[in-house]
Amino acid sequence: MDRFALDVAHLFAGGLVLVSFMLLYQDRMTGLVNNFALHALVVSLSVAWQAHIQHAPHLYITAAIALAVKAVVIPLALHRIIVQLGIHRTIEQVVGIGQTMLAGIGLVALSIMVMLPITAAAGTLAREDLAFALSVVLLGLLMMISRRNAVSQVIGFMSIENGLILAATGAKGMPLVVEISVAFSILIALIVIGVFLFRIRERFETVDVQALHEHRGEQP
Amino acid sequence: MTVQFGQMLLVLAFAPLLTGYVRKLKAHLLRRQGPPLVQPYRDLLRLLRKEVVLAHSASWVFRVAPYLVFATTWAAAALVPTFATGLVFSNAADMIAIVALLGSARFMLALAGLDVGTSFGGIGSSREMMIASLAEPAMLMVVFTLSLLGGSTQLSTIAASMQGPEVGLRVSLALALVALIMVAIAENARIPVDNPATHLELTMVHEAMILEYSGRHLALIETASHLKLLLYLSVIVCVFFPWGIAVSGQGLAAYFAGVGLYAVKLAGGGFLLAVFETAIAKMRVFRVPDFLGAALMLGFLAALLLFVTQAG
Amino acid sequence: MLPVGLPWVGAHLRLDALAAFFLVVVNLGGATASLYGLGYGRHEEAPGRVLPFFPAFLAGMNLVVLADDAFTFLFAWEFMSLSSWALVMAHHRRPGNAAAGYLYLLMASFGTLALLLAFGLLAGAAGGYAFEGIRSAMPSTGIAGAVLALALIGAGSKAGIVPLHVWLPLAHPAAPSHVSALMSGVMTKVAVYGFVRIVFDLLGTPAWWWGALIALMGGVTAIMGVLHALMEHDLKRLLAYHTVENIGIIFIGLGLSLAFQANAMPAAAALALTAALFHVFNHCVFKSLLFFGAGAVLTATGERDMEHLGGLIHRMPLTAFAFLIGSAAISALPPFNGFVSEWLTFQAILLSPALPQWLLKFLVPAIGALLALSAALAAACFVKAFGITFLGRARTQVARDAVETDARSLAAMFVLVALCLVAGVLPGYFIDALAPVTRALAGARLPSQEGLQWLTIVPIAESRSSYNGLLLFAFIALAAGLGAEVIHRWASNATRRSAPWDCGFPDPSPVTQYTAGSFSQPIRKVFGTVVFRAREEVDVPAPGDSRAAQLRVRLRDVLWDVLYVPIGAVVTFAAGWLNKVQFMTIRGYLTLVFGALVLLLTVLAAWQ
Repeated sequence: MDRFALDVAHLFAGGLVLVSFMLLYQDRMTGLVNNFALHALVVSLSVAWQAHIQHAPHLYITAAIALAVKAVVIPLALHRIIVQLGIHRTIEQVVGIGQTMLAGIGLVALSIMVMLPITAAAGTLAREDLAFALSVVLLGLLMMISRRNAVSQVIGFMSIENGLILAATGAKGMPLVVEISVAFSILIALIVIGVFLFRIRERFETVDVQALHEHRGEQP
Repeated sequence: MTVQFGQMLLVLAFAPLLTGYVRKLKAHLLRRQGPPLVQPYRDLLRLLRKEVVLAHSASWVFRVAPYLVFATTWAAAALVPTFATGLVFSNAADMIAIVALLGSARFMLALAGLDVGTSFGGIGSSREMMIASLAEPAMLMVVFTLSLLGGSTQLSTIAASMQGPEVGLRVSLALALVALIMVAIAENARIPVDNPATHLELTMVHEAMILEYSGRHLALIETASHLKLLLYLSVIVCVFFPWGIAVSGQGLAAYFAGVGLYAVKLAGGGFLLAVFETAIAKMRVFRVPDFLGAALMLGFLAALLLFVTQAG
Repeated sequence: MLPVGLPWVGAHLRLDALAAFFLVVVNLGGATASLYGLGYGRHEEAPGRVLPFFPAFLAGMNLVVLADDAFTFLFAWEFMSLSSWALVMAHHRRPGNAAAGYLYLLMASFGTLALLLAFGLLAGAAGGYAFEGIRSAMPSTGIAGAVLALALIGAGSKAGIVPLHVWLPLAHPAAPSHVSALMSGVMTKVAVYGFVRIVFDLLGTPAWWWGALIALMGGVTAIMGVLHALMEHDLKRLLAYHTVENIGIIFIGLGLSLAFQANAMPAAAALALTAALFHVFNHCVFKSLLFFGAGAVLTATGERDMEHLGGLIHRMPLTAFAFLIGSAAISALPPFNGFVSEWLTFQAILLSPALPQWLLKFLVPAIGALLALSAALAAACFVKAFGITFLGRARTQVARDAVETDARSLAAMFVLVALCLVAGVLPGYFIDALAPVTRALAGARLPSQEGLQWLTIVPIAESRSSYNGLLLFAFIALAAGLGAEVIHRWASNATRRSAPWDCGFPDPSPVTQYTAGSFSQPIRKVFGTVVFRAREEVDVPAPGDSRAAQLRVRLRDVLWDVLYVPIGAVVTFAAGWLNKVQFMTIRGYLTLVFGALVLLLTVLAAWQ
């Protein structure tokens, strides 16, 4: 594999980590959804590049699905949802951007420290992709726990899925069927979550998940 | 030796022009006529001819500071390779020392801001020191990334290694570039961190610090800030776009080509700066830590990602 | 072997390269402090409380450095602690000083106890207390780790490593100013010496995690020290907190050196060690200078609170100049000496990618960022310290009436000013002078700096990095002078005095000036909520009410709350319980003694 191909793959994978950080940093709803579209775009570019250098045409389909569903359909749907919920101008109070960022950096360092020594036998590309993919997954989890708004938690969840795709394509493992089913399950999850969001909103007049906590069904 | 002195004079002569050019572009982008390109030179000459009005409570620190600020900034600017590497004095200071020299200039200026004993001077000094102390770690992370790539903190060595074939496309480089630009914006008191054109009391940082200055003192401080802008643009250009920079020992033609190319690169950088400043709004002072924190984060990330590739 | 000391041990004294270097530091600080004390001591209200202990303190510090066996070392160490404690208590009637002395005594005894245990472990069962014997014995990994921890506690508590720093900002400022200078500038260096002697010299080959631990502690110490200093308005206490910061910087260098040694990179280890030791020297110079300056302010005005000072540059121009140079040096600004040692530390940090351990690879750059942050914050802090104290307009009558200090004090300060500049401009000679020390401890030395062109310093290779303070200094001086000459000759040199402009609202009252509290407010906003749990309470009276509005800021030392308050509670509880033991019947006592005897016998039986 020549150097240029490696460099481009590195660029996309590193770019994905960076966009994950942008998701963490962004505290406005609209910007968050746009950032997520960018996240999905980078993932699909990365997958397409892998398809090109691995000569694996089925990965192009994965890329196309990621592009169509996650970079176009889901963001549009989310935009509609947040406008209908009336939270498109909300600025979410994050736990303190500085601390979240530091925690994120720590997580990236951790995933590199974990991944690089144990994958010493694998090829350069797979090692990098695995390390970056783990970082993206951890950052997604961090986003889910540091946000209170249900919509941003959904976005965090979907960014985790993007990280998984990155790992799978880098390791030349995931068959197309699995990929398609994962993509559809995500889509269905989105629909379900969307429906739930409106139900939650109807009932409690907020999508702040903190509010749900007070309504756990322990009391009669 | 001639190259070194040529460069020293060149940066001094070009610096106000760059500021004038950025101002002109910004005016055009706002569909205004704008002052002529040479306006900064005229301003400097006018200030030099005027008398100095000193506050009663000003001490010698206030009068000495402009000269020291000018001298340290000029020294720093003279050590950045602009159109040619292999300057005679380039081994006097590496990138860390250049940043520290600018720190010395800032230290003097912040003291001068406190000297007269007015509230605006104090507010300027205090905020400037806060911004600077947050920008410095981010700058160090950029230096770290570059030294990881080039194996050196010496600007001319870094520039040479960046032209080498083994650098390639690196996301780290892009991150370091963005971080460096963010630091440069903060250090040069540009929008969105500070506004170089404002004289609205509560939004000033750098301008508040030098509020009491007039005449020749103000001229020196203005020159120093022109020089600083040129310096940061030169560093960015020298490290990330080193193509066409002349190497010592080449003929006169190479030097002239180097100067020409340098001017083109600066024009490009100035254009981008003007567009950026026109497109964005100034942020509140207490958003600045987030902004610089992001720069620090980018610098860290750049270094981390570089470790990944170097291990592979 | 001297015929003093324990009858069967005697006292060993030895002067090797490391001891010689620290002897220079100690006696340089001692000599200037004595010179300063000649002038300063005249204002002393009770010289009888200072004079006898001052030479004893100096002697103790010298003896620590010269000692070549554990007994002499500990004896001298305790001697140094006790004599300095007596000096701290010289003004014991001032509020707060007695508490500071008590805390100091407690921490010092605790530290000595840790060192005693460390030497006990080093000497082993055979009990060879001479350093020569210890050096040749190879302790096992577990013992070495324990000794490291004990040395860190023992020497670190004397040096002021976070979280063992709590006594330092209270005790150092309580003493008379030349003693404060000695304690901050010199005694903390003796503590560093103790640490270096035990860990680098006696303990043998380090493990890599030692370096990680020590460098990390250094980084945390540096940042906590400078943040505390920024929040402080008492000039001498601010300086004491800066000592904590600088000790952190020194320990970063020491930790890096250990990490490089553990990985058999002697050149890098020598660089880091040189940086740390050079910073030891530099800190001694500028910290003594700054304490002398603060002492001069104290004698001239009787004030240590910066909020009551201001404008002193007009009344005390020479002191102000000296303090300014010291401030620039401690803020790591070129062309002064503080910058050179921090620059060397940065160069050592930049060598860290070559380390094989991943933890170090990631940790060291993070420490580098901490170091950069603390250097920049130190600059902010000294803009505050100098700007609020010496610049602006006088805030009180005492500041308005201040007079310049005496000639001897000034002489001591200017000797140190000259050293700040010389060590910054000609660092090559100092680095070369440190070569024997690094060769003995790290197994290598930096390339000789003497023959280099233009007196440049090159730690590793010229293409990698180099620095030339002389050239920069010459350039700055020339450019500034030339600029002044040209402007005054060909442009205007007219000057007019007038009221300040201040955007058209000049207020003649000095109260409207920026204060130390307002200067550090932006930084408090950025870091305060996390580090100090800062709370601001604003009390604005209702319209029509004429009382003044108030802003109250509460800062808490989180470390104190988390670490020391629980320890104090436990000790109080245990003491209360033991108190009961004191009032037992005879039968009770006998039971206790009998129980202890049976217990010991059981242990002995189980042992065999």
